[in-house]
Amino acid sequence: MTIASSTQFICFIALSAAVAIGALGVVLLPNIVYSAFLLGGVFLSVAGLYLLLNASFVAAAQVLVYVGAVNVLILFAIMLVNKKENLAAIPGLALRRVLSGAVCAGLFALLLRVAFTTPWATPGPEPLGDEATIRIGEHLFSDYLLPFELASVLLLMAMIGAIVLARRDVFTTDIATGEPADQGLIEKSRTPLLLDQTGPANAGLQAPLLETNP
Amino acid sequence: MVTVTAGLQASLLATTTAATTAGVVAPGLDLEASFTDLLQGLGLSPGAAHLLWLPLPMLLVLVAAVVGVLVNVWLERKISAAVQQRIGPEYAGALGILQPMADGLKLLFKEDIIPARADGLLFTLGPVLVLVPVILSWLVVPFGQHLLISNVGVGIFLWISLSSIQPIGLLMAGYASNNKYSLLGGLRAAAQSISYEIPLALAVLAVVMMSNSLSTVDIVNQQTGAGILSWNIWRQPVGFVIFWICALAECERLPFDLPEAEEELVAGYQTEYSGMKFALFYLGSYINLVLSALLVAVLYLGGWGFPLPVEWIVGLTGQPIDAPLVQVITATTGIVMTVLKAYLLVFFAILLRWTVPRVRIDQLLDLGWKFLLPIALVNLLVTAGLKLAFPAFFGG
Repeated sequence: MTIASSTQFICFIALSAAVAIGALGVVLLPNIVYSAFLLGGVFLSVAGLYLLLNASFVAAAQVLVYVGAVNVLILFAIMLVNKKENLAAIPGLALRRVLSGAVCAGLFALLLRVAFTTPWATPGPEPLGDEATIRIGEHLFSDYLLPFELASVLLLMAMIGAIVLARRDVFTTDIATGEPADQGLIEKSRTPLLLDQTGPANAGLQAPLLETNP
Repeated sequence: MVTVTAGLQASLLATTTAATTAGVVAPGLDLEASFTDLLQGLGLSPGAAHLLWLPLPMLLVLVAAVVGVLVNVWLERKISAAVQQRIGPEYAGALGILQPMADGLKLLFKEDIIPARADGLLFTLGPVLVLVPVILSWLVVPFGQHLLISNVGVGIFLWISLSSIQPIGLLMAGYASNNKYSLLGGLRAAAQSISYEIPLALAVLAVVMMSNSLSTVDIVNQQTGAGILSWNIWRQPVGFVIFWICALAECERLPFDLPEAEEELVAGYQTEYSGMKFALFYLGSYINLVLSALLVAVLYLGGWGFPLPVEWIVGLTGQPIDAPLVQVITATTGIVMTVLKAYLLVFFAILLRWTVPRVRIDQLLDLGWKFLLPIALVNLLVTAGLKLAFPAFFGG
């Protein structure tokens, strides 16, 4: 065994162990913040596995998208609502755990069976190395164009939905003095999107403040 | 539609190959080849020689990064003093040049405190996660044709993706400190870094589109030929400004140092840190600044290129381009030019820090999302159009 192949083998064992143990930690740890950080570790280890397969572009994209965006947003959401509170005890928790454990074990057994019965074509196709970036671009703009565009439309829809939900309906005038209160901050007056529009059209002008709870 | 895009791809590929074959570039100093040749001459196997070579550039770049930080700290102190009409550090070495060493030693000997209610594990891991990606990114910084650790194909993209790991470390530090100011600082850092990553990546994309490659070496090679006139800054002036603003925001330098704003958040995510853990944050931010400046030099200022083409000067002296002495001289010029350009940009960053006030958080986010992002998109579109219209100048 040469130095290169033994290094590759050791890296593969270490990364696989990191993925497996990290993923178990994500599911089993009671502290949700630890789970989220471990999820980042799992994503990074998967990127390492891609690197071992000579897919450096996919590895970098994995780090950028999953670690840099998805995981950071998960952490962001957890930390914005991070309240230390004891949840109410769920009835029959032990039974639920046994049931979900059984389902997971069944799924795992199924996957193992698929993995061992499928005739894998080993060794796989020759890795492209740095040419892979060009090949991915070609595929994205030719035979995978439709899925690519559909994914972007989906993202656009999600973004518009998020904007509609996140727009805040706020005070346009000072409650005490009745003067217009435009502080130049994020909370500028905006026409609420989810407000019931059946009322008078110029409700914002007549009423001193918009409804804060649509 | 499919045939049109396929045809486009084919023409793209054709220009790529034309660029690689037509470019006449000095071969440059290849230390790795010389080193492994020497060791193989001593009777070692090629594998063993390669193994002995591997740690050398890594150690060299690590040392260079740390020395770069020391220089940077000294510059920061001296320039800030000059801006405020003070003298600055004076007694530690000539012109106070040993002051950063004294700072470092002080931090080394300070007590390493972990607050009683903090989360010890995450508190320790946070600074490490901030520093490691920054140091890893030095992998792709070229100082010459072969003077870099690894000419990976995804080059500049690797840097973008590595720099996106950093906010996780900041969030971790902010959360583990168990302190509302730290948490706010960590959240701000993450929000800021996510917002500015997008215009940054779009600005880089325009450069990548012109050089047909993500590799930093190819990006610099595309800017050689006519010396200072062929640098990307003339073809991408808007991209240069966008990239520099975003790089400053990613480094949390002063117009954008919201995450550690002293007047609002004590020191943000660094509030509870002391000793070497604080030093890791400190090192991380300065290494990141030098790295960003180096990458601006690589992407827009011609990397290791001399303002006059080196091949042209060598041709005047009548020496062959691959003579050993000429190679050593051109390689040295390349390293000096890269560092010089980077430190010129660092100088501007320091001057900016001591001149302009801090922006507010809503101004920061408005600037990122409502101004830089559309401008960067337009810049990308214009670059694509110009590339199609004038392939000789944009991406030839």
